[in-house]
Amino acid sequence: MSQAIPSKVASREDRADDPVVVALRQRLGRRAIREQATLTGMPVVWVSREVLREALALLRDMPEPFEMLFDLSAVDERLRARREGLPEADFTVFYHLLSVSRNRDVMLKVALAETDLALPSVVSLYPNADWYEREVWDMFGIVFRGHPHLTRLLMPPTWQGHPLRKDYPARATEFDPYTLTVEGQQQEQRALQFDPEAWGMQRESEDTDFMFLNLGPNHPSAHGAFRIVLQLDGEVIVDCVPDIGYHHRGAEKMAERQSWHSYIPYTDRVDYTGGVVNNLPYVLAAERLAGITVPERVKVIRVMLTELFRVNSHLLYLGTYLQDLGAMTPVFYTFTDRQKAYEVIEAITGFRMHPSWFRIGGVAQDLPRGWDRLMRDFLAWMPPRLREYERAMMDNAIVRQRTRHIAAHTTQEALAWGVTGPNLRATGLDFDLRKWRPYSGYEQFDFEVPVGANGDIYDRGWLRIEEMRQSLRIIGQCVDHMPAGDYKADHPLTTPPPRERMLEHIETLITHFLQVSWGPVLEANESLAMVEATKGINGYYLTSDGSTMSYRTRIRAPSFPHLQQIPAVIRGAMVSDLIAHLGSLDFVMADVDR
Amino acid sequence: MSVPSESVAAVLIAMAQALAILVGVLLLAAVMTVVERRLLALWQDRLGPNRVGPAGSLQLVADMIKVLFKEDWIPPFADRALFVLAPVIAMASLLLSFLIIPWTPTWGVADWHIGLLFFFAMAGINVYAVLLGGWSSGNKYALLGAMRATAQTLSYEVFMGLSLMGVVALAGSFNLRDIVAAQQGLWFIVPQFLGFCTFLIAGVAVTHRHPFDQPEAEQELADGYHIEYSGMKFGMFYVGEYLGMVLVSALIVTLFFGGWRGPWLPPFVWFALKTAALLVLFVLLRAALPRPRFDRMMSFGWRVCLPLTLINLLLTGVAILWLSPAGP
Repeated sequence: MSQAIPSKVASREDRADDPVVVALRQRLGRRAIREQATLTGMPVVWVSREVLREALALLRDMPEPFEMLFDLSAVDERLRARREGLPEADFTVFYHLLSVSRNRDVMLKVALAETDLALPSVVSLYPNADWYEREVWDMFGIVFRGHPHLTRLLMPPTWQGHPLRKDYPARATEFDPYTLTVEGQQQEQRALQFDPEAWGMQRESEDTDFMFLNLGPNHPSAHGAFRIVLQLDGEVIVDCVPDIGYHHRGAEKMAERQSWHSYIPYTDRVDYTGGVVNNLPYVLAAERLAGITVPERVKVIRVMLTELFRVNSHLLYLGTYLQDLGAMTPVFYTFTDRQKAYEVIEAITGFRMHPSWFRIGGVAQDLPRGWDRLMRDFLAWMPPRLREYERAMMDNAIVRQRTRHIAAHTTQEALAWGVTGPNLRATGLDFDLRKWRPYSGYEQFDFEVPVGANGDIYDRGWLRIEEMRQSLRIIGQCVDHMPAGDYKADHPLTTPPPRERMLEHIETLITHFLQVSWGPVLEANESLAMVEATKGINGYYLTSDGSTMSYRTRIRAPSFPHLQQIPAVIRGAMVSDLIAHLGSLDFVMADVDR
Repeated sequence: MSVPSESVAAVLIAMAQALAILVGVLLLAAVMTVVERRLLALWQDRLGPNRVGPAGSLQLVADMIKVLFKEDWIPPFADRALFVLAPVIAMASLLLSFLIIPWTPTWGVADWHIGLLFFFAMAGINVYAVLLGGWSSGNKYALLGAMRATAQTLSYEVFMGLSLMGVVALAGSFNLRDIVAAQQGLWFIVPQFLGFCTFLIAGVAVTHRHPFDQPEAEQELADGYHIEYSGMKFGMFYVGEYLGMVLVSALIVTLFFGGWRGPWLPPFVWFALKTAALLVLFVLLRAALPRPRFDRMMSFGWRVCLPLTLINLLLTGVAILWLSPAGP
């Protein structure tokens, strides 16, 4: 229960006596580090740039190590007004490390001055730092010395400026109207052409000329606007370079000019197959900042819809996964099932894909009359269908031949690349936040965490079928034991406040008006919430400057590291294996590019 | 020079027959494009095309209008001559193969004693359509598709020929009418079951039908060798695929299911029924199976199918020698 929303007093501690902080202090000396008190639920430690690599190496190699670089990004601190007790900084780069063996996290922060925006790269310590550092360079213009390929990641290669800086405008109206000349278009296209030499690739070997095949950004199996350039010897993939950013919409930048409340719809569109699952980490983090404890009924409603969307997303996954293996029929069956799920979702939320239905301090509405009957129908419908998918497809000899021991990775490799969720559990590690760090009342539910053995394409497939069964179990428990009570917390920062109370009194009316028009003002602090989303661990790291809007919203999306890992597992395989691997990863590009 | 009037009449009748068969086969292939979609829909819990005309019956007309009036575009980087030639080969080689099919005791275009060999020759030429189409398109996906098609057809044609040698040995002839005649009493599917299995596999492979659709493999190669084709040139590849299905079905009926033979019903009805059943099997395969990986499929051809056909041929030879009146 390490992640239960801590009381305000407890969370203000700077965790100076945390064993990890103690170890860091012993190694680096008292002056090199400084603790910061936050609501993130983990020790946050500022280290100087000079000892950063040493500190990370210590954490990575200590007994019960921090195996995973969970997240790495930056904050432009120049406009932050409320930074009492924090080191001087124009920019901050933060490293969020996760330890499975300790089931603990730690965050390191490095302060940088505007005049000297450079850091040593940590790619040699954590391989998945590669893309994260490129993203920070792209978005903030911070240089990572020693990085193997520090180029733009999300923005086009020709882009000017660094969008997540505070002096970079967020609105289209602040720019000159966009024009594209013929020469401009040709220049953009030239910039997108793949240059093998820039990636240290040979065009030919002793006995063969390699073919460089551009797979995507428009390809039927790329699952969105995803491009991967393959170096082919015949049909064997010698090497490959994934290229992302075609679906980048600046979701993190948008958060800096939306009120805490009005940003919720943006979160739905990050992992667009996950619906309200995206709302959950955001509202949990915001509730921590606000100090809201939600009623039991809210927790159970949230769990129920989250699991329903998990089933829905896994069904989409299963259909497309099998379609990528060449089976054209299953996708029609799973879409029939998804329609059944949507009928329930529609009845409860009024929307289908993007309900944006969770609120800070509750959910938008109470459950409608008869919701339990609809849900029971769905629970009765699904199990025979899941059995049929297993019998018809997962037991099929061709499916097994295509997927067993193909594109496999071990638990260590998965952790080193930041892989989470079912793709990590397919390797045999049962790391599921719902069990390990229960949030929103998951500790009260009876369910199991299925794990695979080989970490191959097959395990990733059947694991999702098993996860659907467990989700149905959880939904069943929600239906049977739905607590009575309010669907919103009785708290001044609940947004929007309960409508019934607004009409009682002039004071409540004014509060309602202010909260809906300006939005709630959340206390200056930092908070973070992680949830087991459909595709892996989804985290929202919110920085509040005591205003109606977020100062910085960092979205840690699970699909991003999954794509980064592709070259490491696919080298030496065939084109067909790559397609099967892409289908088995379960990513959506909106979740990668944000 | 005077020509006997009976022979003029005979020639005219033969020509009329040939024309009727040509039109009939083309029509059947075209109708199959719609039938396949409706059948797939049936197995996939959906309706399929049902909006054009009563119950979707005019869908074919709509498709024809669309494909005929599409811009006939040749990419600037393509090799024009080969690019145009490829779909012609695709369709012509398959249409020519229908020459040898005996539809009924009296209907059929040519009655050659090289019958079956002619089909092998045409199937051999057919691979050039895919090869040239893929090569001339100047597209890497098309090239990969052509590469797959060539490798696949080469390996599967080897045992396709061998798989039928048992039938030829039993009938003692390459002529398809002789083969049908030899199935008096017992269809060849019984003594030649291995031959039937291997020929069916080879037939699916040679027509590039799922699960042997490696050259087009939408999920991998985004349509493969005909990725750059549009309009009627694409249409010819497309209809060619269905012609291939009809051809292989008709051949299997002729070689293993006694051709037009059957009680009570007229010969042509029997032939049509048997062919239709096989066509439905083709569609069902597509609805039911995932696609194996390309290299596994090749090794399946060489390691499983080829030995099977050789064993079949050997056993057939032994049986013929054993049972022949002048036996050992």
